[in-house]
Amino acid sequence: MKKLITEHIGLNEISGSLVVLDDVEEAFNEEMVELRLSDGSVRSGRIVKLDGKRAVVQVFEGTKELSMSNTRTVLKGKPMEIALSPEMIGRVFDGLGRPKDGLGEVYPVCKRDINGTAINPVSRVYPKNYIRTGISSIDALATLIRGQKLPIFSGSGMKHNELAVQIVKQAAVADNEEFGIVFAAMGVKNDVADYFRRSFEQANVMNRVTMFLNLSNDPIIERIITPKCALTAAEYLAFQCNMNILVILTDMTSYCEALREFSSSKGEIPGRKGYPGYLYSDLAALYERAGIVNGSKGSVTQIPILTMPNDDITHPIPDLTGFITEGQIVLDRSLETTGIYPPVSILMSLSRLMKDGIGKGYTREDHKALSDQLFASYALVQDARSLASVIGEDELSDSDKTLMKFGREFEQKFLNQGENENRTIDETLDLGWKLLSMLPRESLDRVIDDILDKYYGKQL
Amino acid sequence: MSQTNYIYGINGPVVTIKGKTELKMMEMVYVGENSLAGEVIKIDDEYTTIQVYEDTVGLHPGEKVISTGAPMSVTLGPGLLGNIYDGIQKPLTAIADEAGVFLTKGISTPSIDFEKKWRTTMLLKAGDTVQGGEILAECDETPIIKHRALVPTDCRGEVIFAADDGEYTVNDCIAKVKCTDGSVRELTLAQKWPIRTPRPAKERLPITKPLVTGQRIIDTMFPVAMGGAAAIPGGFGTGKTVTQHQLAKFSDADIIVYVGCGERGNEMTQALTEFSELTDPSTGRPLLERTILIANTSNMPVAAREASIYTGITLAEYYRDMGYNTALMADSTSRWAEALREISGRLEEMPADEGYPAYLPSRLSEFYERAGYFETFCGKKGSITLIGAVSPQGADFSEPVTQNTKRFTRCFWALDKSLAYARHYPAINWNDSYSEYISELTPWYEENVSPYFIKYRNEIASILAEESKLMEIVKLIGSEILPDDQKLTLEIARVIRIGFLQQNALHETDTYTPIIKHFRMMETILHLNEKSKEALARQIPVSAILATGLFDKVIKMKYDVPNDKPEVFDEYITEITNVMENL
Repeated sequence: MKKLITEHIGLNEISGSLVVLDDVEEAFNEEMVELRLSDGSVRSGRIVKLDGKRAVVQVFEGTKELSMSNTRTVLKGKPMEIALSPEMIGRVFDGLGRPKDGLGEVYPVCKRDINGTAINPVSRVYPKNYIRTGISSIDALATLIRGQKLPIFSGSGMKHNELAVQIVKQAAVADNEEFGIVFAAMGVKNDVADYFRRSFEQANVMNRVTMFLNLSNDPIIERIITPKCALTAAEYLAFQCNMNILVILTDMTSYCEALREFSSSKGEIPGRKGYPGYLYSDLAALYERAGIVNGSKGSVTQIPILTMPNDDITHPIPDLTGFITEGQIVLDRSLETTGIYPPVSILMSLSRLMKDGIGKGYTREDHKALSDQLFASYALVQDARSLASVIGEDELSDSDKTLMKFGREFEQKFLNQGENENRTIDETLDLGWKLLSMLPRESLDRVIDDILDKYYGKQL
Repeated sequence: MSQTNYIYGINGPVVTIKGKTELKMMEMVYVGENSLAGEVIKIDDEYTTIQVYEDTVGLHPGEKVISTGAPMSVTLGPGLLGNIYDGIQKPLTAIADEAGVFLTKGISTPSIDFEKKWRTTMLLKAGDTVQGGEILAECDETPIIKHRALVPTDCRGEVIFAADDGEYTVNDCIAKVKCTDGSVRELTLAQKWPIRTPRPAKERLPITKPLVTGQRIIDTMFPVAMGGAAAIPGGFGTGKTVTQHQLAKFSDADIIVYVGCGERGNEMTQALTEFSELTDPSTGRPLLERTILIANTSNMPVAAREASIYTGITLAEYYRDMGYNTALMADSTSRWAEALREISGRLEEMPADEGYPAYLPSRLSEFYERAGYFETFCGKKGSITLIGAVSPQGADFSEPVTQNTKRFTRCFWALDKSLAYARHYPAINWNDSYSEYISELTPWYEENVSPYFIKYRNEIASILAEESKLMEIVKLIGSEILPDDQKLTLEIARVIRIGFLQQNALHETDTYTPIIKHFRMMETILHLNEKSKEALARQIPVSAILATGLFDKVIKMKYDVPNDKPEVFDEYITEITNVMENL
């Protein structure tokens, strides 16, 4: 693919963030271009469509102030790449991977295409090693596994950022292997980005964080590139430098909206709610970059955060995400308003990989039974509550009254915990048994007798 | 192949060539310097449109497009079993050996091992007349599966040469046939077949047997026939994949083809490791020896996702033609439909429902009609059972893929979010699911399990139906004020739900239940119901009946009674009779 860098003077069409060049020779799909404006500024872009000699270029910084004649376009002869080096840790970059902390360029050890390549399923290692977050609702009921992609489904105004920070702080100390965080912000507000940076500093983890910031006032096209840059960096640190990398992507909703805006400006046929038909494939190309591979000690674990528009879990963004990721942690507004933190709606939350990463040899032998029973009993609490809302709590049967009491205690003591409270797995599981012991033993139908004998009603 | 074609335009996975070409519709082509696999999907007077099965980044206009003259095909022969392929039958293990952890474009590795020598027994000799589909030779593909190399279906004539028994590779000529048109064809252990064309069989036979899966709610309540088609729709987190994995592990088909279509990479890894570690309950051999995996994970090229389903079913048909019962699990057909939609969008076709192309129903029906129980050309009987997962958007079953799938499958296992939230697995909702095969399969159950099997099944179903009616009332006023007989119905229904329908895929005993145990469990539960009713008639209150602890004991019988000791149920029945009659 060697060729001379070619240059074009002027543009042939400008529309939204797209410009069109005619008579382009030898351009290739997804090639990078540089637009040099007559005032000396430089913008970058990428070819998104080719029709013979006609190339459609997406300009990352937007097309404001471009005219048909004030621009020279240079084809770079390579796809979009990012410079990678272990020195990236502790640095802050913009959405395109350019340093924005004023500490100068990173000296590249290698360069990678940001689109990445799919991992061969044969070369994956099935993730089994759990990550203790110190948060009871997650550790016991939706255990995070190294190499997993576990999103947080939240809504505007809920405490997802606090939860993410707590996970980062507490997960970081869970073992002695090399641990790093790649943080990608897409369309987040300045003060939110600042909150993350401050929290990381306070927890003394900033020296392990690599930040990619595309803030809400940055161009949307750059936003589409941001997670790709972050994940390329994460893959490099994990698979080349053998580090365990936790990637936080926030907010995926802004990313998807940027994608929709871009798609409609290209004139594509829209799918559900105006999002492009390829939203699933596009999200999958990001989320599937989590995992562990043969021959490397590192791992990429992803926690994408998305705000469900109007708290609607059937909206295309959470819906498609849920189909790709290995479970989800769903935050619930009614728990949030009763002051429960973290407001995890446990019945809707799920970790698909936990079944192989818990139990004897990982957490504790009773973990599976306990979590099954907590789910089952808490589901009954919901039935009792809906009945109580019709006939009043006083009219409930005794067993339903006990359930109601269990439900309240469970939410107050088990789900609810401090933002700095770091529970061990034993503390969490023992707490679970203590709560289950409020219920009659024969109603615990998910647990075999051996386990019940050992844990039910015992002072643990 | 006289004319060379060059790329004109590129839009995502779709590439166009300008001007008239000699390319045929559905012809396979190699695109660009890296020889990316592609397929011609549209030809008009100005452009020929090609969908490319690999990533098109880096492709530029002016690169060559090489025609192959043949439609998109797969290689059929010994060595398929135990392999993991991508959507266009590229062997992923061989690619990992050659290219490392990440998938690299344009690697051409043969789909089956060309080097390996198979100990072959010839079944035809010189002088025989042959017809397409007859068995040419046999070899042991794995210790449990005998591979029957077939005469290509379009080959008919006289054998003029047959090799001796011995060790041959898939490319060695083992026979020559003088065809009726006078040409001579050399036959090998392997052959090619275009994936979009169903392989012919002699005759479609009526369905008589169920596919026994060891999953209680399926085998007892909503059985799928061997040669039938079933759909598993469900939102995310409802357990489609776990159910599919369970079926792949425990169903009594001879050959399993598992297509992971647009799903998670880690799941395919899990399937691969589990299937190589677990053993088949009937043969005691690793499951992988009867399994072919096809993986197009959600981040692999979308065009190959569309092809993966066809690749899978063609492989399944090939084993069916050898006289095996095969089952194909497709997880998930929605991703396949979405791939159709995505390609259709790139072609700027007029969209129908929710942006899906108007030909979605016809594609689905073509696919599901490839299921069936057949007499093959080699005089044996073989079947294909299709089990397709559907991932409806927002768990809304009214969306086009679920609705159209429902029209072409006769068995519907509706997964329910609220059951999944309560961790009731398999989360198959017994009120929304159905199987139209029950009447056809009734004789099999009556002959092979018990004359009462279907009777019991219907009783269980009616108790569950009764319960859901009562629950409407309970939701409004609570269960306290119900009369005792209705309370008893609720309690028995609870035993059925928890003790029978719920099945723990992770529990050693419970993960697979032999069909006789299904029957004995139903018998025990119904006996409990019977005896409790009698006790009620003697004015004994429900609370006293429950206090016997029998209900909880029966709930746990799925764990407590070993799978190979159905006679233990006699003790349960005696105990129930004794305790209840002495109340």
